[in-house]
Amino acid sequence: MSERFTKGMARNIYYGGSIFFFLIFLALTFHTTKEMPKRDHRENITESVVRGKALWEDNNCIGCHTLIGEGAYFAPELANVYDRRGGEAGFKAFFSGWMKAQPLNIPGRRQMPQFNLNDQEIDDLAEFLKWTSEMDDNNWPPNIEG
Amino acid sequence: MNTLKYQSQAVAKPYFVFAMILFVGQILFGLLMGLQYVVGDIVGGLIPFNVARMVHTNLLIVWLLFGFMGAAYYLVPEEAETELHSPKLAIALFWIFAAAGVATILGYLLVPYATLAHITGNDLWPTMGREFLEQPTITKIGIVVVALGFLYNLGMTILKGRKTAINMVMMTGLIGLAVFFLFAFYNPTNLALDKYFWWFVVHLWVEGVWELIMGAILAFVLIKVTGVDREVIEKWLYVIIAMALISGILGTGHHFYWLMTPAYWQWVGSIFSAIEPLPFFAMVLYAFNMVNRRRREHPNKAATLWALGTSVMAFLGAGVWGFLHTLAPVNYYTHGTQITAAHGHMAFYGAYAMIVMTIMSYAMPKLRGVGEANCNRAQVVEMWGFWLMTVGMVFITLFLTGAGVLQVWLQRLPESGEALSFMATQDKLAIFYWLREIAGVVFLLGLVAYLYSFFVTEKKAA
Repeated sequence: MSERFTKGMARNIYYGGSIFFFLIFLALTFHTTKEMPKRDHRENITESVVRGKALWEDNNCIGCHTLIGEGAYFAPELANVYDRRGGEAGFKAFFSGWMKAQPLNIPGRRQMPQFNLNDQEIDDLAEFLKWTSEMDDNNWPPNIEG
Repeated sequence: MNTLKYQSQAVAKPYFVFAMILFVGQILFGLLMGLQYVVGDIVGGLIPFNVARMVHTNLLIVWLLFGFMGAAYYLVPEEAETELHSPKLAIALFWIFAAAGVATILGYLLVPYATLAHITGNDLWPTMGREFLEQPTITKIGIVVVALGFLYNLGMTILKGRKTAINMVMMTGLIGLAVFFLFAFYNPTNLALDKYFWWFVVHLWVEGVWELIMGAILAFVLIKVTGVDREVIEKWLYVIIAMALISGILGTGHHFYWLMTPAYWQWVGSIFSAIEPLPFFAMVLYAFNMVNRRRREHPNKAATLWALGTSVMAFLGAGVWGFLHTLAPVNYYTHGTQITAAHGHMAFYGAYAMIVMTIMSYAMPKLRGVGEANCNRAQVVEMWGFWLMTVGMVFITLFLTGAGVLQVWLQRLPESGEALSFMATQDKLAIFYWLREIAGVVFLLGLVAYLYSFFVTEKKAA
């Protein structure tokens, strides 16, 4: 077999196979981005949500938390924290209180830093988390605990 | 004793040395984070977890990049049978990259991240605050500049010299690395698109083009230490990387299961990523086969050990531990748990940390003018380093897997209302985290032994 199967043939499988599957990947990506508006509800991205995402990034929240399962595994999942902590009725009040109470300074407990956000910024961040929670991510996570 | 075929290969040395300095930093911050998992306030607010993690992961990425660059500067001229196009450019880029890297890490440590984002103008072109891509935009631009200079230097070298399969694969991998990094600059306000294209950097690096780099380095070292015919080694190199890309490109789908994507990704991702372990298994067979068919007894036994070790550990870490949680119905419950962390640790160590140490083990004695290989005593100490680090990593992975299984059991499998909260679950996992920390200390001892081996010399005759 090794005499008939030459390096040239192996090289052709490598180049041909990679290019072929990369093109399929691009086609599926194209289709996915066409489908995405139905699932991400981008019509609900307000100015506040945009500012909230910037705050999320500028404070490196992903360095401890996960957002739809991606990030660090040190602190709770936040894509569904809106639903877990009160939703429409209670989330914003909970969230504002929570952000202001940090660090909790419970001995031995993992500490969330104090980020010194003002009320407007806390509201923006809450709007970002609310919008995130409303996206259709194929029903993940399995339960409310994230 | 100078055994370098081309004197310009010497530029690889500072790259390797600096990679090891960063490696030490990565491990120390890893140990700190491990402690923070169980004693949350161990350093008060001095180094918050998110900062430690950013330093840990960014140091890893940067030292691997230094390692890949060192590997390229070493092997490309030898393969091309010509001197490097411009050793001066290589040294200049080394200092630029090292300075930018150190400045970025100091930025993480010395000012709050939000301040760093502000002073580096992140609001003008926001790219920060995304996992692994935390670097200020200006650092990202610096990385692109360094990468362009690096690729130009290697490209010119290959153009004037011999174009071997190893060089072409290495070059394709490095160009791919640079091209896919450009997605780091795309950060749309729509999180759905942001997350989707973020994977074009992360997945297409570590489960795509980096595998080409790993394959090329492994093939180069195998030719050197076994003396097996180049035609045979290069043929199987092509077979392995063909399998890697054919499975790995659509395997990206395993990151798209729970994004705002059509459900077909759960099929595409599951099927293709289930094939991803195959190229790693082939790599194990390939490395052991070539060593068994060796035509020479190379004096550098340690390099051979690393070459075999990287194939086995990459198969276990990337292949087996990847497969454990890659099927969509399983991943639904394991996504973003300690199982992911377990896989990440062993895969990065096995495939990428170890391949850099493989080429270093082979090249450093030559770069340092020691000869074909270190003395026997130094090799023994180096092998102690190999085994302690590798065994340490196996146990880190096993304990994190234990933590992950229990986490899924307590937090993910029960219905809402019955499932334990994240923080309550973490308390139950403490024993695994303590054991992981001990395994981490063993890893550090291995690293110390490994670094010490560079200073061991033959006992003087009494």
